[in-house]
Amino acid sequence: MAILRLLAIRLFTTLVTLSGVAVIVFFVIRVVPGNPIAMMLPPGATDEDIARLSALYGLDQPLVTQFGIWVAGVVQGDFGTSITTRQPVLDLVLGRLPATLELSIMALVMAVILGGAAALTGTRFRGGRTEGAIDVANGMALSVPDFLWGLVLILLFGVLLPLFHISGRVTPSLELPFTTDFYLFESLIRLRFDLWADIVSHMFMPALALAIPLAAIIGQLLKQSLKETMNLDYVTLARTKGYGETRVILREALRNAALPTLTLVGVQFTFLIGGTVIIERLFSYEGLGNMAIDAVINRDLPLIQGIVLLFALIFTVVNLIVDLLYAVLNPRLRHA
Amino acid sequence: MTFLSIRNLSVRLKKGPPLLRRVSLDVAAGEVRGLVGESGAGKSMIGKAVLGILPPSVEVTGGEILLDGTDLLRLPPAERRRRIGATCALIPQDPLTALNPSHRIGPQITDRLVDILGWTRADATARARDLLAEVQIPDPDRVLRAYPHELSGGMRQRILIASAFAAEPKLIVADEPTTALDVTVQKQILKLIAGMQARHGTALLFVTHDLGVVSKVCQRLSVLYSGMVVEDSSVTDFFAAPRHAYSAALLAATPKYTDPAAGLLPVPDAVIDAVRAEVAAHDRGAA
Ligand SMILES: Nc1ncnc2c1ncn2[C@@H]1O[C@H](COP(=O)(O)OP(=O)(O)O)[C@@H](O)[C@H]1O
Ligand SMILES: [Mg+2]
Repeated sequence: MAILRLLAIRLFTTLVTLSGVAVIVFFVIRVVPGNPIAMMLPPGATDEDIARLSALYGLDQPLVTQFGIWVAGVVQGDFGTSITTRQPVLDLVLGRLPATLELSIMALVMAVILGGAAALTGTRFRGGRTEGAIDVANGMALSVPDFLWGLVLILLFGVLLPLFHISGRVTPSLELPFTTDFYLFESLIRLRFDLWADIVSHMFMPALALAIPLAAIIGQLLKQSLKETMNLDYVTLARTKGYGETRVILREALRNAALPTLTLVGVQFTFLIGGTVIIERLFSYEGLGNMAIDAVINRDLPLIQGIVLLFALIFTVVNLIVDLLYAVLNPRLRHA
Repeated sequence: MTFLSIRNLSVRLKKGPPLLRRVSLDVAAGEVRGLVGESGAGKSMIGKAVLGILPPSVEVTGGEILLDGTDLLRLPPAERRRRIGATCALIPQDPLTALNPSHRIGPQITDRLVDILGWTRADATARARDLLAEVQIPDPDRVLRAYPHELSGGMRQRILIASAFAAEPKLIVADEPTTALDVTVQKQILKLIAGMQARHGTALLFVTHDLGVVSKVCQRLSVLYSGMVVEDSSVTDFFAAPRHAYSAALLAATPKYTDPAAGLLPVPDAVIDAVRAEVAAHDRGAA
């Protein structure tokens, strides 16, 4: 029941949020100088040409009218047509979404594994040199932003020790049997491990660059939380039962300590998704973020609007998932 | 037969002042020993030393903790843990914080039986059900599936008592097991522990600051002041004629159930000064 209520409330707030985002993005990108039509036409086009094309895209109408037309379309699932490619925005965006989702989720998994391992190891050997080393590594990981990690990784694994692909999503010469755009998942399901390995090799560095700062945050916060939990009475009681340190950390402390970390990871994960914009550009990874930068450069207004709305939707869905997970993991909330 | 024998145990804050000063005490099989003293005297520290849960901020500087003849302090950590887990148990002070909020009650009672003692899950669950019935919890099956937050403090303390007796330990350390409870529940819990102890024949190290409780459940007692045992007597002897001036003053400061209105005497300054001098003399001797 509590979960249904949460869903209902969230659905409503999501609609409000998305409406707000729609208004802001629509008007802001029209205030910023730069004319999409001028960008499309070859140099030397006449004012007449510009006016004709503007009328074609409805850009000669008053702003409010344009907004009304756009919103009416969006409500019916029509996000307009990309000015540069003349394809429906929805098709373009949905075509790129899987690439970005796969990259983000891969990065999240890497961050949870790296950060979790750092926190658990630091807790297991707390107060010693191991913990000190982990703290130093965490601090370094945090003090460098993801795109700089991207450059570092390119130098390391693309140039010095070329282990991974540095650009694209998949080797272009490969024959792809996929029916969806979720290449990573589909290659697994089709048991095409050759393709899967190629895709992972392309994703590895961008995903790791995105993961490193988040891993550091998870590592620090979870370790702090674990160390506090390790002093609680129920952990002490478990020790008297004959359990060793590792077992006590994993079974008694981890779950309770993970709860406060989880909420923060949700927020940080939305930052990570935001980070895909630059990282995808850096690694020429064909996802939403890369498309967003092209759209901005070309002043492709309908496409920008579509991408921003989609990002906003992703953020709210991520937050919802975090809240649901929190409720599932915390028995006190589950029965409330 | 002595099950627990603490010999000259000294514990101090790491690079700091002593917390336990050559503490010696025995608990015979099936015996109940009270451990009394004012707050901060080191009662819990003794219990923690026995159970191998001393905080990392303190260190043992000398002495022995013989469990069934084996010195725990000389055992490798894993062996020490296993031995303590198999033969000892703790009834903690605060039932509200001593159960893991993320686990159901059932596994928190059966975990030691299954993981440390190798019982089957079914046997362990059956045992847990019996124990819950023994500590007078209605509807044990529902409680086994419940989470701690669904239960009252009194219920949780009953569960912790059941859990402590689960593996039929030789020794239970009860660290002020009623202090955190409602006054109305305190007496029931005390009776419950005493009854369980008698039925199971478990040795009990009963930490309390309440001499009234000692007179009801203990056979022997140790009086602790500033980490030093100042008196070790049978309960009968102690209440007839305490040997140490400090414990006599402590007894005089305890409200009598027969006559609660009778004047409570604070521990006189002269007595405090004398016992402090003893502690100081001890520290000079140790240095
Ligand atoms: N975790 C700890 N770290 C350092 N000192 C402690 C710790 N726990 C207790 N002490 C100190 O040890 C002494 C004995 O404490 P304790 O055994 O808890 O007393 P009590 O007789 O009230 O149970 C006190 O002076 C207390 O301040
Ligand atoms: Mg205490």
